[in-house]
Amino acid sequence: MGTTGETADLVVVGAGPAGLAAAVTALAGGLRVALVDSAGTVGGQFWRHPPDTARAAIPTADLHHGLRDYRALREALAAAGDRGRLDLRLAHHVWSVTRDEDGFTVHTVDRRRAPEETAVTLRAPRLLVATGAYDRQLPFPGWDLPGVLTLGGLQALLKGGGVVAGDRVALGGTGPFLLPVAAALAARGARVVTVCEAAGPSAWLRSPGPLLRNPAKGAEGARYGLTLARHGVRFRPRTAIVAAEGTDRVTSVEIASLAADGSPRPGTERRVEADTVGVGWGFVPQLDLLVPLGCALADSDDGSTVVAVDAGQRTTVPGLYAAGEVCGVGGARLSLAEGRLAAESVLADHGAAPVLGRGRRAAVRATVKRHRAFARALARAHPVPSAWSRWLTDDTVVCRCEEVTAGAVRAARTDGGARDHRQVKQLTRAGMGWCQGRVCGPAVHCLVAPHRSYTPTERLVATPLTLGALADLDHARENTGGAAHE
Amino acid sequence: MTRMTVDGEPLDFTEGQTVAAALVAAGRVAWRTTRVGRRPRGVFCGIGVCFDCLVTVDGVRGQRACLLPARADMTVTTREDDDGDDG
Repeated sequence: MGTTGETADLVVVGAGPAGLAAAVTALAGGLRVALVDSAGTVGGQFWRHPPDTARAAIPTADLHHGLRDYRALREALAAAGDRGRLDLRLAHHVWSVTRDEDGFTVHTVDRRRAPEETAVTLRAPRLLVATGAYDRQLPFPGWDLPGVLTLGGLQALLKGGGVVAGDRVALGGTGPFLLPVAAALAARGARVVTVCEAAGPSAWLRSPGPLLRNPAKGAEGARYGLTLARHGVRFRPRTAIVAAEGTDRVTSVEIASLAADGSPRPGTERRVEADTVGVGWGFVPQLDLLVPLGCALADSDDGSTVVAVDAGQRTTVPGLYAAGEVCGVGGARLSLAEGRLAAESVLADHGAAPVLGRGRRAAVRATVKRHRAFARALARAHPVPSAWSRWLTDDTVVCRCEEVTAGAVRAARTDGGARDHRQVKQLTRAGMGWCQGRVCGPAVHCLVAPHRSYTPTERLVATPLTLGALADLDHARENTGGAAHE
Repeated sequence: MTRMTVDGEPLDFTEGQTVAAALVAAGRVAWRTTRVGRRPRGVFCGIGVCFDCLVTVDGVRGQRACLLPARADMTVTTREDDDGDDG
């Protein structure tokens, strides 16, 4: 006891497709790996599952894709765990990461017995961040009514708890994520009354190359299309949910056709009854742990900032690697490939032999290249409509936490001279509440600086924690050498 | 089904569900009131990002219901106050 030595050769934060693939590859290369995730089971959002003990009571296999990969990765993890080289830290929330000359210190709280929290500190010379992304939101009147959720929220309730959130569901936003959510809800018995996709049907025809080079994506889309057709779901291109109505819960939405710039076409508005709404406008990479470490960031093609990585998924900070949606949103296959490549770089930098042969590595690189091209085409085909703010009224809540309205944000720009979301925050408190601008940040940014990419605020504490857990830190530091593994 | 206590009332859930999933499955989509506008809120992002779904669990405030596995011995309160960030 009392040691502060290394707990692993590599800490991987995030056990979604990228983190899983990275951990399994690094383990296969002989490294000791600590894999950390806030959820109680591995899989991330894409392969979100109920806890293993509840698999029989909450069946979800019908909701998933690529389960063969998921099972193979889990088996590899279990085998490495048996050999004592994996330190699997589920239900551990990472709240801060620091770097010194010896490597990285990852501060977590163990929430397996939540709300009880115990501080656990992990150390390694190398760190791989695969923290994924979350739904990007554009506010609209009524979006803070109960029953309005993110697309990811509807999917998480379904995949994680087997819960269909409503009876009559209206979905809206842009991007291919609308399709699996609509198909899953319909297959599980919800009446999906409308799917409003802001992009036009011809968006893909302008640059069909990437789709033709990724035929599996086209086939996937066609399968969802068939499911929707079978359940009589109406898919409406160039349409948006521009308002939600109700008092204690949403009871209807207003949908409208969109002009080319994304503004609602006057006279096309109509009301659709719905008790549940799901919205999402692409995704925001979760950079909370990366920004404070000072690694270079880059513009992506979808208006978000991503972490800059080289061809081997190395960030500009020595010893720090990134894989998956933090490097740009591109789906699970891309995340798996990036995770493998990142782990190969870790192995090479560690002086260990590669796991993949030269031919296999080249194939993984080609997969990454192909899927990134597809992701770029996707971002071009499904942009945030430039005139989306036309559907805001002055009293529309933009910051849900601090209840700051669109009128107040606009006043901060026109009267207060605010030029970015940080200045808006100082003037209005937008982004100062519980979520620290994670939800409203991209939208506030769009309202004041629409022509630049959104870069999140630096958040020194990535997740709230109790003072008790902080006081526990010294104790945790003493335990880093001999933490109990389960 | 297993049973926990929410606001003094029994709530049945399937072992493995989160507190938010259990509440939504029981038809409750709102369980908190905002500080300024006194508006009802419940689960929004469902993955721990937005903090809309905060509840008090076994006396500990500010718990995200969407991340918290429901347990039979759990006592959840939702309505005693607003954001739960003043305690």
